Amino acid sequence: MSGAVIEERAPAASAVVRSPGPSPLRRLSRLTIYGALLVAAVFYLIPVYLLVLTGLKGQTEVTLDRMWTLPQTLGFASFTEAWDALSPNFLNSVKVAVPAALISSFVGSINGYVLAKWRFRGSETLFTLILFGMFIPYQAILIPLVQLEANFGLYGTIQGLVLIHIIYGIPITTLIFRNYYVAIPEELVEAARIDGAGFTSIYRYVLLPLSVPGFVVVLIWQFTSAWNDFLFAATLTSQPNWPVTVALNNLAGSFSVAWNVQMAGSLIAALPTLLIYVLLGKYFMRGLLAGSLKG
Amino acid sequence: MRRITRDRVLSISLIAPSILAVAVLVYGLIAWTGFVSTTKWNSLTPDYTSVGLDNFADIFNYPRFQLDLRNTVVFTVFFVLASLAIGLFLANLLDRKIRGEGVFRSIFLFPMAISFIVTGVVWKWLLTPSAGVNLLVGLDPATNRWLTDPTVLHLPTGTILNDIGLGFLATNQWGVPIALLSVVIAAVWQLSGFVMALYLAGLRGIPDELREAARVDGASELRIFRHVTLPLLTPVTVTAVIILGHISLKIYDLTVAMSPTGVGFSTDFPATYMWQTAFFANQFARGAAVAIVMLVLIATLIVPYLIWNRRQEISR
Repeated sequence: MSGAVIEERAPAASAVVRSPGPSPLRRLSRLTIYGALLVAAVFYLIPVYLLVLTGLKGQTEVTLDRMWTLPQTLGFASFTEAWDALSPNFLNSVKVAVPAALISSFVGSINGYVLAKWRFRGSETLFTLILFGMFIPYQAILIPLVQLEANFGLYGTIQGLVLIHIIYGIPITTLIFRNYYVAIPEELVEAARIDGAGFTSIYRYVLLPLSVPGFVVVLIWQFTSAWNDFLFAATLTSQPNWPVTVALNNLAGSFSVAWNVQMAGSLIAALPTLLIYVLLGKYFMRGLLAGSLKG
Repeated sequence: MRRITRDRVLSISLIAPSILAVAVLVYGLIAWTGFVSTTKWNSLTPDYTSVGLDNFADIFNYPRFQLDLRNTVVFTVFFVLASLAIGLFLANLLDRKIRGEGVFRSIFLFPMAISFIVTGVVWKWLLTPSAGVNLLVGLDPATNRWLTDPTVLHLPTGTILNDIGLGFLATNQWGVPIALLSVVIAAVWQLSGFVMALYLAGLRGIPDELREAARVDGASELRIFRHVTLPLLTPVTVTAVIILGHISLKIYDLTVAMSPTGVGFSTDFPATYMWQTAFFANQFARGAAVAIVMLVLIATLIVPYLIWNRRQEISR
């Protein structure tokens, strides 16, 4: 199922299945089904509603007892205050997530190509051993990682964090590309080989042109993971190099920062990945399903 | 064939750096953490004198870590079951030719795109007793204290339990902290949509003929769901349990943002304890021991899954 996109069923087949049956679930009228879906949608959207609502209120209306009342006057004071506090860290997150995503996708693409089309003895076992790396609790490597980064003068730096995201991204990026390339017919590669193409030209002229969706999936995945990361960043960087998640957590833990500013800050920190999700949801979904291996 | 050999060398040399990186930075560092966990390094300067398994004995005897293990179990059970139930339910609703399916799917899944830190901060305010959900639906802040509730539900301290030697079960150590359930709500909010997506993809992969055949045989829809659909979804369920389970066993960001340790360590987890022990208190050996316990817990879940996955692939 990896790499699968949730497709609608073909209408012809579904026409037969969808005939109203006697099941208790099915006996519920369509209205009830839509009702249930709407209730669920409200549950998922309430935090967003609160975020936007709070962010738009003027400074005089942000008391907790008026949390749910609609804004009487529009004001962006919460956002400006949160942006003033978080903008340097927001920029740090960009500096971490963009290079990490770009480099990761190239590393993953090469690894995936080798593991899918140039298998060698033990390459499947190796692949499984690499995969283990994406499930480990990073706590199990954090202490020596700090020592190691300190030895190389990378501790506390943004470059160090980028490197960490690339390295611990190897399992997932390799997995996504490997499964993506496995799905490309062997005949295509074989035909190129007969035409005299070698390792480099098969990659360059056969696989790479077909790789765009794979790259989009991995870029989104790695950007999102690096942007949303907290554990590595909190352990390996210090202010002023904190990315936005660490800065937000710090802001939210401070008693001197008003709750509305925390809410506005949350929206700011969530916006880039949310935007990607809204624009490229299909690819985001593919990454998610690939991340769960085969299903 | 000679030319292919040159390509083979090239292919292996291109993947070699990644293999080396994973070998050193995943397996090597795990081994080093394992080594640190057996040393005396419980102050700022490294001290690699061996103390055997003393650090493990220390943490397992420490009440806070015992509560962390309780919390992990309670959290995992509630979080995994609730996410599975909601995800399966929503997938089933969506798998019946719903108008606007794409919109609903996007709404259920969007929390996956945002950071646990953001989720934690927002839900902390949503569950503030004096405002938030209480205010929205008119609940009494004095009785609905959410994250600030110190209550731990446990079996009644009755004589029966004491009589059969199970009196310990009726203690806080074996109970369900109310505050922890608030964290469960936030985690379910974030991840149940993902389970929905897994199940929906699974449902779409079941050939209609199978259910149709059962229908022709006169099976009721409920029986078909119970005996045809659900068994066919078993691989999806396994995947979902593994993914959710391993997230739950290392949960950190969410609780740190929401409620770092909680009243009476009610929302404390091994990951929280590990970080504070190692990087606040500079007790690196003890922190490493906690990390190794976390790794062992997760490996017992993940390793069989990886092997199962590999077998499935080979048999294909």
